[in-house]
This record gives sequence, structure tokens and C-alpha cells, in this order.
Amino acid sequence: MAVPTLTAQEAVQEPPRQRRRSGRARKTAGDWLILAVAVLIGLLIAVPFLLILANSFKSPTDYASGGPLSLPTALYFDGITAFWERVDFPRKLWNSFFISSVVAVLAVGISMFNAFALGIGRVRGRTWLVLLILLANMLPQEVLLYPLYFMFRQVGLYDSVWAVIIIFTVIQSAFGTYLLASVYGTFPKELLEAASLDGASRWQILWRVIFPISRPTLSVLLIFFFIWTWNEFLIPLTFLVGNDNQTVPVAITVLQGDRLMDVTTTSASALLGLLPTLIFFLIFQRTLTRGITAGAVK
Amino acid sequence: MAIATRSKERVPRSRAPRSTSRATHSLIPGSKSGSFWFYLLPGLSLLTLIIVVPLLWNVYLTFTSYRGIRPPEFIGLENWVELFGDTTFWTSFRNSVAMIIAMVVVPTVVGLVLAAMLFDLIGRKFGGRVASFLRATYYLPQILPGVIAAIVIGWILRPENGALNQVLAAVGLGNLQGNWLGDPATALPSIMVIMVWVQLGYPVVIFMAALQRVDPELYEAAELDGANWFQRFRAITVSIIRPEIFVVTLTCAIAALKVFGPIYALTGGGPGTSTIVPAYYAYSEFFQSQQVGYGATIATALTVVIAVVSIIFVLVQTRLERSEEAR
Repeated sequence: MAVPTLTAQEAVQEPPRQRRRSGRARKTAGDWLILAVAVLIGLLIAVPFLLILANSFKSPTDYASGGPLSLPTALYFDGITAFWERVDFPRKLWNSFFISSVVAVLAVGISMFNAFALGIGRVRGRTWLVLLILLANMLPQEVLLYPLYFMFRQVGLYDSVWAVIIIFTVIQSAFGTYLLASVYGTFPKELLEAASLDGASRWQILWRVIFPISRPTLSVLLIFFFIWTWNEFLIPLTFLVGNDNQTVPVAITVLQGDRLMDVTTTSASALLGLLPTLIFFLIFQRTLTRGITAGAVK
Repeated sequence: MAIATRSKERVPRSRAPRSTSRATHSLIPGSKSGSFWFYLLPGLSLLTLIIVVPLLWNVYLTFTSYRGIRPPEFIGLENWVELFGDTTFWTSFRNSVAMIIAMVVVPTVVGLVLAAMLFDLIGRKFGGRVASFLRATYYLPQILPGVIAAIVIGWILRPENGALNQVLAAVGLGNLQGNWLGDPATALPSIMVIMVWVQLGYPVVIFMAALQRVDPELYEAAELDGANWFQRFRAITVSIIRPEIFVVTLTCAIAALKVFGPIYALTGGGPGTSTIVPAYYAYSEFFQSQQVGYGATIATALTVVIAVVSIIFVLVQTRLERSEEAR
């Protein structure tokens, strides 16, 4: 297209090759400029996080005199401990962790089964089935609140973490099915043929061939599902009314109306609310990139 | 093992069409597609319960007047007629266009350029560590729970002693200070900037991962031929990661059309209706005005729009994939 096509003859020409070698070692002013722009964008993006960090360790008087932009004059931990105790933070942390982990595992499982039938099995009408499943992702969540409220009431799951787990398993696996089905659609045929010649059943092929090979993509889905579920708000707010079942984001928001919450405590609550996903993300950052590469989001 | 299988491989391929004459074929030789339905059972039955039934329920509610307490009363098409003449509803869809610009167009385009920049220039000249550190920084807003983001943004944009106004005053631009979210003129643009901030990291991460499929020699070869950075970007980067561009655009478009959290937490659709979006309008009818029938009508209309957009997307994507397979 726009790029001149490369001929073998041109590739072996000497002068350009030398130019390339020296260009690699030397960084031009333009390269530094681009790096500066990239770092500046990073800083702009990080500003709100730096603000949370700076204000979480300030005393209210420190905040009143210095405003939101100053650095704390002394480290002050009362905001954090006040929030920690007021909301019974370990309990909320456990709720969020439990819900997000169970959803991540179940949703990956369902995505894999769906994608096995759609991508490998190529069942009839699969494009329309993918679209039907994607409905879970397309629906605005408010649509679900009234009907599911009545349904979960009927079966006694209202105000139970399991209601939220079931809902998000369905919602997250919609994205997973969409992505995995197209990855499986391009699965190397030779491997499947070899396995079936060896006499493996479909179930065995799924677990012994497809599962191990697509594991990097599956772990990316696992991480996405965990973080997405952790950050969900409207459905946990509606279905987990009891104090003991609340998740971290719900607990933080519910406290916002509280008159006793000053700005620095709010900031401390934001810090505690974002730390778990941040740590989780930092641990799995590598898996994230390696996974998408190996599986290829096709 | 690889050699042994390769020699046998042709046998089933040539025999398969005869043995399973009319049924569609799976990728596993000798397995009919029909027999895979079993694997769809758990997913589809949960989907029916959690998604399809509530959706149909909502469609039914659109033909009723229902205030949440007494049973729904059938009123025919009244809600739909009202909807089409409702200026707030049309305003909310106009704001959806703004959300699509802020959550799909800008992040995808800028994300593509940033990903290529990080991968192609910074990664090669300054090392992969610098590139992946920057990528992680761009991704930060994505892992921040929306409600917490709203709290912090609320402070930055707050009219009295908010961080943004303080910075403006400090650099001598005090006359630019404003009530960012409270003024109808700046509320929507402010929300748009916030949504760009939230979304940008998602395409960058996906595109950078996709770029690792690109053979670096392709870039070097193009460079040798004198192609400049933009030409390499257009001809190599964009064409190779097209599948990911599809996934990112579709998922972001769905997210933009049903955006709710930030509006709920930051402006409540106001001031007036200047930042109202369909999902928030439906929510306020459902739970604040208790006009459940009308709320369901808005939500159903929104679902139809999202579904139509998604269907067009997926069909185009499938067609492209097929034409590529055929090649």
C-alpha cells in the first residue's frame, strides 16, 4: 500500500543497513521528544492517583490549611484506621474477594464450554448464538433489577452473595464467549485431528488439548473478570443490602453521605478501595500481555 | 509425534464428508456439530434465567403503566408514543453520541497511536521496561472502581478549592476557573474528558499485546525502504491488528451506549438534562419517578439500539474473517 514493497535486492543493499545499525544505538532528539510526550501523558493520567496518595495521609487541619495539592506535613494514619474500623474493612475485602474469584472461575468455565461448542463444534447458527449470548453484555443493567429482584426473592437468594455471583457469571461469560469462540475458531486443526485419531473423546480433547493450549487466553479472561466484577457497583448495591454482605465499592459509596466523613477520610477510603485491584493488577501484569499474545485475540 | 500425525492427517479429512453427509462439520473429525449442543446447556440455561426472562419481562412492562406497587395495567402503545415525543429522551441519545466520541473514537485512535509509539519507538529505543511501565500507567484508571474515581474527580473539579481551579489560579489563569460539572456549558465536555481518561488504557493494553504478533523485521524492512513512521503505522500496524480493533471498538461502543456509573456518581444527568444519557434516564424513571413502565420503555429502546449496532458489527466481522479464511 503506502509503504513501498520490499524486494530482496533492496534488502541486501549495504548503505541502508549501516544506517540502521547506527540509528538503533543513537537516540535522536525526536526520540527523546516522543518519550517526553509519552511520560507527560502518563503523568496526567496518574494525577488523580497521586492526589489520593497525598491526601490519605493528611490530618483534616493539614488539609484545611494546605488544600488538596500540598504534600502532607506529617504522616497521619487516623483517616485510614477510622475508615478501616468503621466499615469493618476486612469483612468487605473478603466479600469482594470471594465474589470476584468465584465469578472469575465460573465465568471462564462457562465461556470455555460455550466457545468449545461454537468455535470448535461449529454448531449451526453460531453467529446468532454468539449475538444472543452477547445480549448479556448489551443490556443496560437497570433492566435486570426489577425482574431479578422478584426472582431472587422467590428462591430466597435476595441479599445473598450468590445472587450477585450468578448474575455476574452470566454477564462476564458473554464477553468471554465472544472472545474465546473466535480464538477457538482458528484452533490448529492438525492437533484436533491427531487427538481424535488417538481415540480421545470430545471431553478429553477439551481438557487435554484445548484447555492447556488456550490457558494463556483463559488466564487473561480470569484477570479481566476478577477486576471487572470487583469494580461493579449497581447490582451489588441493589442485591446486597445487608451490611455483612457488602462489597468494597458499595461500602465506600454508602459512607459518602455520612456527615462524619471528612475529606481526608474519604481519600483514605479511596486509597484502600483501589489498593486491592492495583496489587492484583501488578502481580498479573505479565500474564496479561503474555496471555493475549499467546492466545491471540482474534 | 508431530511426524507420525502429519502422515496420517489426510486420511480423516478426505473421509469425513462421506460419513457425515449432510450435517455441518466441527473442527474435530468425525464429530457432528449437533452433538456439541450439550456443552452449551449450562451457559444457555443460565442466560435464559438471568438475561432473557428479565428482558422479556421488560418488553411486557413497556405496554403497561406500572408504579411498582399495584399490578401492571395494560395501556397498549402509550409509553412508546410518549417516548418518541419526549425531548429528554432525544437529548439523552444526543449525549450518547458525545459518549461514543469520548469512549470509542478518541480512545481507539489515540490508543492505536500510543500503542504503536510505545511498541515501535519507545520499546525499541529505550527498552521494553520503559514501555511496559508506561503501559501500566495508562491502564491505571481502568482498574480504579468507578465510584472511587467519581469521588476523586469530584474533588478535582469542585468549584471551591478544587485541585483544577487551584492549579489554574496558581499559573495565572484564574479567569478560566469554573464550576466544571455544575455549569451546563462545561458539564458534558468535562464528562467527556473524564471518559477518555478512563477508557484510554484498555485499547493500549490490547493493541500492544496484538502488536507482538508483528514480525519486527517487517518494520525494519519498511524502514530500510524509506517508509516513515506514519506509513509503517498505517500499512503494517493497522492491518495486522485489525481483529483487535474490531473487538475494542465493539466492546467500547456497547459500553458507551450504556454508560451509567460516572453519570450517576458525578452529575445525576444535570445540570438540567445537559449530561443525561439513556441508561441514566431509564434508571431515574425506574427508581426515582417510580414510572416503571416508562423506564422499561427507555431501557428497551436502548437495548434495541445496542443490539442493532452489535449485530451489524458482528456480521461485518464474520464476513471479513470468512473472506480472510478463503484467501
